[in-house]
Amino acid sequence: MIDVLLTMMAVVVFAMINQRNLFAVVVLGGIYSFLMATVLVALDAVDVAMTEASVGAGLSTVLLLGALYLTKGEEVTEVRRPLIALAVSIAVGAALVYGSLGLPAFSDPQAPIHTHVVPRYLNDSPKETGVPNVVTSVLASYRGFDTLGETTVVFTSGAGVIALLRRRRRSREESEK
Amino acid sequence: MRRDIVLRVIAKILIPFMLLFALYVQFHGDFGPGGGFQAGVIIAASIVFYAIIFGLPATRQLVPEWIVESMVASGVLIYAGVGLVGILLGGNYLDYFVLDHDPVHGEHRGIFWVEVGVAVTVSGVMLKIFYMFAGRRRDEDNG
Amino acid sequence: MSLASHYSYWVTIFLMIAGLFIVIARGNLVKKLVGLGIFQTSVYLLYIAPGKLIGGTAPIIASGFRAYSNPLPHVLILTAIVVGVATLALGLAIVVRIREAYGTIEEVEILEQDRREEA
Repeated sequence: MIDVLLTMMAVVVFAMINQRNLFAVVVLGGIYSFLMATVLVALDAVDVAMTEASVGAGLSTVLLLGALYLTKGEEVTEVRRPLIALAVSIAVGAALVYGSLGLPAFSDPQAPIHTHVVPRYLNDSPKETGVPNVVTSVLASYRGFDTLGETTVVFTSGAGVIALLRRRRRSREESEK
Repeated sequence: MRRDIVLRVIAKILIPFMLLFALYVQFHGDFGPGGGFQAGVIIAASIVFYAIIFGLPATRQLVPEWIVESMVASGVLIYAGVGLVGILLGGNYLDYFVLDHDPVHGEHRGIFWVEVGVAVTVSGVMLKIFYMFAGRRRDEDNG
Repeated sequence: MSLASHYSYWVTIFLMIAGLFIVIARGNLVKKLVGLGIFQTSVYLLYIAPGKLIGGTAPIIASGFRAYSNPLPHVLILTAIVVGVATLALGLAIVVRIREAYGTIEEVEILEQDRREEA
């Protein structure tokens, strides 16, 4: 099941690389995000899947379409073939595949990821926080500092967008005066 | 899309349920999938949906810009404030178990307020970003 | 090591290098941001796929279940997704400003204008 969905994602990405119409690329990106959300449900990451479905397929598609409307971009075809980029990508991919050969097999219960820290979260979280959803308790309680930092990053990027896009409107208001 | 009656009627029916679902995701996040990040994004998405159907000026009246801007900052302040309350009650920064006589209840209370802060900031930032992008072209045309 | 046990890693790697390829090879700034997004989502898979236990369930503790998938990567990636869309918006805002300053969002044309200005 998961393998089929992953293959579909690879196909969509291949279409996104070749597609020159940016509107089509953004719509394909929405399809890609929904496939990703489905894969995440299959991988038991329900919280993440919910976030990816609403953020990836919803808001970021809206934002990309808004930016496309503002930039009126359609991609030009390059004259030279991207041979260097292809070579770099394939070299990086080969190195990563070589590295992946040493990783534990999919769903191996003895893999290091399942033997450190997490058993404690799963065993003690209901007793210590009274919250059955371990993702929530780890997010807000055990790793509260981490989440505070992430919230601050979201705040900062919002402030950045305001700083970048606000100026022209103020100058218009001034010119009206 | 402002003249399409089907979209208008469907949007009016759907948006209250989207907001209700966001609240469910927010407050049921302790027991099922969900939490502040998801709820914040769903709130923002439902208002973006309203803006796509009914236009930006109507949305600016419904959710004024100053509310959105204060949401952006107040969420982070709620989160940081929970940490400070922990210090005032004799714990360390972001210690929740001091928030109530029963440590488990205290943890639960801390998680609740932290998630509220996250949802407020996330929905505020997403909405503000959408307003900035959607309001851009019109300003340019006028100016 | 077999196809079944490592397939998810290899698809992750394909998505990663596809994103990298778009970022390097394509000159359109919006397309570059889409490529960065693909690269980023491949990292979601890289974190979440190893946390899955076949026969396990979502990490919400309830009676009747014994095996749960790993909740820690879920927490890390959950926040990463929201931060990702916020940074995407920041990138798009910069692209919008570039378009207003240069009248184009093609890398080649922007560099060309810069070179003409310097000369």
